[in-house]
Amino acid sequence: MFENVPDNGLKYVGKGVDRIDTVEKLTGKALYTCDWLVPGMLFGKIKTSPHARARIIKIDTSKAEKLPGVHAVITGNELDYRMGLYLVDKHILAKGVVRHFGEAVAAVSAESWEVAHHAIGLIDVEYEVLEAVLDPVEALKEDAPLVHPDLGKYDHVREAFTPVPGTNIANRMKYRKGDLEQGFREADFIIERRYTNPSVQHVPMETHVSIGQWSVGDKISIITSAQSPFTVRNLFAHSFKIPHENIRIQIPYVGGGFGGKAGIHLEPLACCLSRKSGGRPVKLQATREEEFSLLPCRSGLVYNIKTGVKKSGKIVAQQMTMYWDAGAYADYAVNVTRASGYSAAGPYEIPNAWVDALTIYTNKPFGTAYRGFGHVEFSWGIERHMDLIAKTIGMDSLKFRLLNAMKPGSTTLTGEVISENTGNVTRCMEAVAESINYGQLTGAEKAREKKTGRKIGKSVVALHKAPAMPSFTGTSVILRMNENGSVSATFSLTEIGAGTYTSVAQIIAETLKFPIEKVHVPIEIDTNHDPYDWQTVASKGLLLTGNAAILAAIDLIRKAYEIAGQVLRASQCDLDHDGEKVFLKHHPAKFVPFSKLAVGYAYPGGNGIGGPLIGVGRYCAQGLSNLDKETGQGNPALDWTYGAHGLIVEVDPKTGAYTIIKVASAFDVGRAINPAAVRGQAIGGMIQGLGTAMFEGYYYDRAGRLLNPSFTDNKIPTSLDIPEEVDAIVVETPQIDGPFGARGVGEHSMIAICGALGNAIEKAVGANLTHMPIRPQDIWKALQTGAKPDSPGISGDVVNFAEAPLCSTRRDSGKHKKR
Amino acid sequence: MKITLTINGREYTRDIAENRTLLRFIREDLGLTGTKEGCGAGECGACTVIVNGKTMNSCLMLAAECSGAVIETIEGESESGELSKMQQAFHKHHAVQCGFCTPGMIMSVKALVKKNPKPTVHQIQEAIEGNFCRCTGYTQIIEAVQAGTDQRDEQEELRRV
Repeated sequence: MFENVPDNGLKYVGKGVDRIDTVEKLTGKALYTCDWLVPGMLFGKIKTSPHARARIIKIDTSKAEKLPGVHAVITGNELDYRMGLYLVDKHILAKGVVRHFGEAVAAVSAESWEVAHHAIGLIDVEYEVLEAVLDPVEALKEDAPLVHPDLGKYDHVREAFTPVPGTNIANRMKYRKGDLEQGFREADFIIERRYTNPSVQHVPMETHVSIGQWSVGDKISIITSAQSPFTVRNLFAHSFKIPHENIRIQIPYVGGGFGGKAGIHLEPLACCLSRKSGGRPVKLQATREEEFSLLPCRSGLVYNIKTGVKKSGKIVAQQMTMYWDAGAYADYAVNVTRASGYSAAGPYEIPNAWVDALTIYTNKPFGTAYRGFGHVEFSWGIERHMDLIAKTIGMDSLKFRLLNAMKPGSTTLTGEVISENTGNVTRCMEAVAESINYGQLTGAEKAREKKTGRKIGKSVVALHKAPAMPSFTGTSVILRMNENGSVSATFSLTEIGAGTYTSVAQIIAETLKFPIEKVHVPIEIDTNHDPYDWQTVASKGLLLTGNAAILAAIDLIRKAYEIAGQVLRASQCDLDHDGEKVFLKHHPAKFVPFSKLAVGYAYPGGNGIGGPLIGVGRYCAQGLSNLDKETGQGNPALDWTYGAHGLIVEVDPKTGAYTIIKVASAFDVGRAINPAAVRGQAIGGMIQGLGTAMFEGYYYDRAGRLLNPSFTDNKIPTSLDIPEEVDAIVVETPQIDGPFGARGVGEHSMIAICGALGNAIEKAVGANLTHMPIRPQDIWKALQTGAKPDSPGISGDVVNFAEAPLCSTRRDSGKHKKR
Repeated sequence: MKITLTINGREYTRDIAENRTLLRFIREDLGLTGTKEGCGAGECGACTVIVNGKTMNSCLMLAAECSGAVIETIEGESESGELSKMQQAFHKHHAVQCGFCTPGMIMSVKALVKKNPKPTVHQIQEAIEGNFCRCTGYTQIIEAVQAGTDQRDEQEELRRV
């Protein structure tokens, strides 16, 4: 909508206007769920499992119950509800067995945190420890312990997902395009290698927190730090069989989400504690340690890629097998598997392709959505593989990427034909290559190498992602005019930090032709008052809610014209308006101010017409379809946002220590609604991605206990870890069905940056890396073992995640056959 | 035990438990919830306040240690009803996303600028190293601090090609 309006015809869209939510945040006045107190509120605390897999023999809660100040103690025995987004596999508290370290086993409510904490220590749980399955590939073996023996009985979304009962496979996705065997027959080279990455944490600065109240008549009230109010409500309604209208979800300011707060988490337990505490509200807040193990993480991945390529550099066939380590519960991981499956080749055209993607249960903390939804993980393998192929066939790796890049007329893995309007990945790659002087060292860089004794390497990688969402995803915006002629907009996308609320305000101001100061968007959400949105995920919010906002603004103006036409005794086609009034086009002196139309127009004699002005906008994703279960063919993609990163790294060849000198990132955003916010997303996601690339990741012992659930041992990037220079670039190929041509970019900056780092390091010092994160010791080890890319690999080697971060670079290497 | 201390220029006298942390005293006993808890272990800096001129992780301090102390929190930054110069710079330079780290970040920057009115980029990075931010990637925060110390005028541009 309005995608072809030129920049110079726009007043707010395309301008880096101030965010509408920062004054409250800067003054400490913004209230997050953790700040909320509710009259009568009790404090909850959770007893968690110290084992990865164990049978619960007995839970003795008697001592805890007797502790003064304790109101309720609950265990899984008394709760018979299973939850699940797509596959209903998780009890609110473990029932009979625990399936991962950190799983909730019992909970208490008490009059203070201290009493609750003390009470948890008084609960005795007797376990019989069972053999745990920790490696996703091992979990596929016939004799592997089953994480969910009852998988066949679980309810699931049948149109989209395929669990395999009797195995640890929570979902199996198949994508089949062209003729794979024929493609490999045509290839001059076949190159195969395995790539791995561990689970990581989202690390929102505000940990998960919920206040739940279960009142008489099954009236539920929840205040929570969640991303998706209506999804929390819907899942709660289904699991507890309570009517939707009985459930109220309020979401105040949210201290970061990144996908970790997309589903339903602490809300049901807080409400169950409330019910057993006589209906008093109960606040449950995860500690940072619980955030790492009780709450979900990002799934680990083992990714096998086998590619057939011609001497000319054209890829002719690719077979990809993805083993997703979902952990103990499916949550979003089954959909990560689906969505990353159809993107699994990166933004490159593969004429003949097979992808087999498996979501595999293991006895580890479970995976969920995380910024990039699988694409960060597989882009590591794909982008490392692209460089390996280029090196093997003796072609420059950027030239090789440009040759195979998606272009108008290319088809995706699911058969969608790319058009001129889809976006331009080639331009993104060219822009970042230019920014980093790809392919050469500048005079200054040569001097730097000489001075430091370190080696400089440069890389360019490309990326793409489309939202993973139901084909009929819908949203809505309500725009109410206030008495003074300003407007207030409500919608249920949450402002988790990305700045989307400001962009939507800009879109509304632009469409209404109102000054932006007259557009008010309250940050807090309440399902009792605000209109439906599916979820705040997938970088779909700006496009869908933006469109609904345009439609709401058009609807509001149309309704204002209906009344103004009567007042001015004019046909609506003769009306125009500005930020203050509706007037006659040919007699602008004849007008009626919006303030007189806002809540109903009163004639001089006193009689009135109209009533309060309300605009309604609804938008539903259009033209999408389910995927065929055997071939994966269909149209799942609302929009494709393309991008590229260029990275310059300086590596010490003796120690493996490295410094990132520069990152240039370019994204085809269609149109940057708020360039300053886009820049914030570009840089913020890039650094978050570098955290994943450089040092973040879960470490387990052999029994499956998480060893580093804290900031002491699981750091995120600090201000001293950022590149010396960053360059954020946008390409703007308008999205026809995007608001003012825009498409989403919230997740994309995080994708493929890991591959960019690995490739630049390899170019600098020749380290052959197949596991991320890349720590200096990993580079050092790779250089010592001399695992060069062209040395024979150990095909089919199983990477044990329990050990992977320490030894994977030694265990993995490449396998190439020259024909 | 009884303590008396000054927070944002106002004197408070309260009876507290000896194990009460300064963070919980500020947030729960006084209702100044601008200061946040991100980890409770002194790692993330969300709870940063200024105690007698020095930045401290209030989650690691006991309120009992602070009797007689002069403490500054985020709530004291805009008591005049206007954003401070540094808050203005954060606002203009998009240095805030989810906002959860922001109060602690502003406190660290305030203490830096008091000591060093024209910090270099590296000095800014060092001063906020203990304040984790998961959203911004720090760049726009550093630019805002430069602007707030009169070392930068314009918003850094997103390049459109």
